[in-house]
Amino acid sequence: MDDTKRYERLLTRFRDGDISRRTFLTALGAAGVTAGITGGPMGMLARKAMAATPEQVRFDGWGGVVSEAFEKYAFAPYTKKTGIDVVSGTFGGADEYIARVKASQPGEFNLAHLSGVFDYARYHGLELTSELNEANIPNLANVIPTLVEPLRKITGGTISAVPYDYGTTGIAYNRKYISDDEAKAKGAKLMVDEAYKGKIGGWGEWKTRIWYGALQSDQDPNNIKDIDAVWDMIRSHRDLALKYWSSGAELMSLLAEEEIYVTEGWSGRIKALQDQGHDIGYLDPAGGLGWQECLFVLRGSPMAACEELLNFMLEPEVAIAVAEGQSYPPALDPQKIDLGEIIPTLPAFDPSGTLSSLSFFDPAYWNENEADWSKTFSRVQRGY
Amino acid sequence: MAADVAGARRTPWVLLSPSLATISLLLIVPMLFIVVYSFWLRTATGADQVGFYLDNWIEVLGDRFYRDILFQTFLIAFYTTVICALVGYIPAYFVANTRMKSKAFLLLLLMLPFWISYIIRTMSWINILGTSGALNTLLISMGIIDDPIQMLYNQQTVVLGLVHYLLPFMILNVYVSLDGIDKNLTEAAQSLGCTGFQAFREVTLPLSLPGLAAGSLLCFVLAAGTYITPIVLGGPRDAMFANLVFEAIVTQLNWPLGSALSLVLLALLGALVVIYTRYLGIDQIAKSFK
Repeated sequence: MDDTKRYERLLTRFRDGDISRRTFLTALGAAGVTAGITGGPMGMLARKAMAATPEQVRFDGWGGVVSEAFEKYAFAPYTKKTGIDVVSGTFGGADEYIARVKASQPGEFNLAHLSGVFDYARYHGLELTSELNEANIPNLANVIPTLVEPLRKITGGTISAVPYDYGTTGIAYNRKYISDDEAKAKGAKLMVDEAYKGKIGGWGEWKTRIWYGALQSDQDPNNIKDIDAVWDMIRSHRDLALKYWSSGAELMSLLAEEEIYVTEGWSGRIKALQDQGHDIGYLDPAGGLGWQECLFVLRGSPMAACEELLNFMLEPEVAIAVAEGQSYPPALDPQKIDLGEIIPTLPAFDPSGTLSSLSFFDPAYWNENEADWSKTFSRVQRGY
Repeated sequence: MAADVAGARRTPWVLLSPSLATISLLLIVPMLFIVVYSFWLRTATGADQVGFYLDNWIEVLGDRFYRDILFQTFLIAFYTTVICALVGYIPAYFVANTRMKSKAFLLLLLMLPFWISYIIRTMSWINILGTSGALNTLLISMGIIDDPIQMLYNQQTVVLGLVHYLLPFMILNVYVSLDGIDKNLTEAAQSLGCTGFQAFREVTLPLSLPGLAAGSLLCFVLAAGTYITPIVLGGPRDAMFANLVFEAIVTQLNWPLGSALSLVLLALLGALVVIYTRYLGIDQIAKSFK
């Protein structure tokens, strides 16, 4: 019996005079407080909850310039047109956000600016996906098809999110100590070069570490044949590394302060460093890692309101402003939309709109191995 | 008459009921749920499999990896506590025995660090010890070194960050203990022929030990439960047990395993508190917050 039926039955008993007003309110209050405070096991009793009110939708993102651009170019005109407020929240990382969503009731969170495609599959595995009515999002037609198809494949032909931007996790290096030629010649193996011991960094995220471990052991990251060789490479990198960074700000600080000379880096963050005048090189090695971010609508959300907001956010004016703010190319197809002068200069930008030069996580393959590999990485990181 | 007695007996419980209800709702009930969670399983999709499974407990209690990290955690907490005790005793002694009129001001200075976020205080060490930080810049400008020394991102900086965070707790506890010692006792010892140091060793130090023990317990428990400091100041290998709990729950979305891990840490630290209470009494810690 779900909560709605439980409350209806409670209300019926009250109306029939079976229970007093005090008992009714006490039972209702206790249920609300218990479900609200505790979540968790009590969530079994409360699988269904009220969706967000149509007067507002909640949007969660990375904060900073991206949120400012969303607020200015999408949320304000959207609220003006529809009368629906957008309550904007932020999160520090994809893992943190999925943990918060898992602890919430359906409808509590509505839209989020998330990493795809791996996380899209995780949300689908947790039955948190919705089904968008694409007819309500005409601007979806302007999005690069290569980015939409992987989402469609996971959710059986429908989509629960629209792609929004893309980038790469390539190799960033300080040109004062490492030349472009050396970086190009060594590729991913630059990060396991003993010559730079103590001056190497890396993202402390298991997927990225394994992806680069696969490249360093000359394997296809989406079809690893010898996982032990990958773990050995991760151990080598660990022993040479000074620090595993955990945020874009930390990545930028480590490179800018010359604590490290080489690391993987997010293309947009490295562009921001270059714009600040730091002589940092950036290389997408053969088999380099591409990724996309999407605007995800969670199950239990007011769909029509969310779809209209998505359409606002996909307006070229909004998408381009956000892209310029975060230095990642928008998911809009450059063959269909004029992206202006700045976007084509961003790292990872593909003027063809096919993204054929980039490699992406194969969600089926990586999700299948997630439980085992993430746990093993935790051990390898600590010296095992 | 009997009704009055019954009423008098009920009064403390009536007065306590809001606190008991709050503690039950916000501490005991969630804790019970964590216990329940620890017997569930994580499925391949990240969803929880409800039931009664001992797998998490078998893994946590039987796997050497967790024991090693637990040992490392307690070792770091131990180093931190010892350094806090050694470094914290002197300022506590000074504040307790000073004849300066501004004693209240000195106590206020002790509380000042609490006004700044713990994370900000931890991150401040990056600007001090970093390659281009204040210390390296100073040493290079004085001609003592030619190239920056790599001081950050190792176990020593983790301990340093923890000492920085926990030192006020130690000082306050020791200060309370020292402040409560009757000054006539040390004067009596000296009038009987003790030197100043002997009076300290034979009278002041033993009488201040409960405060030192209370401060040590607080420092150890807080240090053993931290996870921010190793993230900010540690290297790739430097992790404490709370980091494993964080990873299990947030990164791996394995709440059942994370629950079992957190209960193990809770049980061990709880046992420490019980042992302390049995021999020294928990009221010593309460004194420092009065």
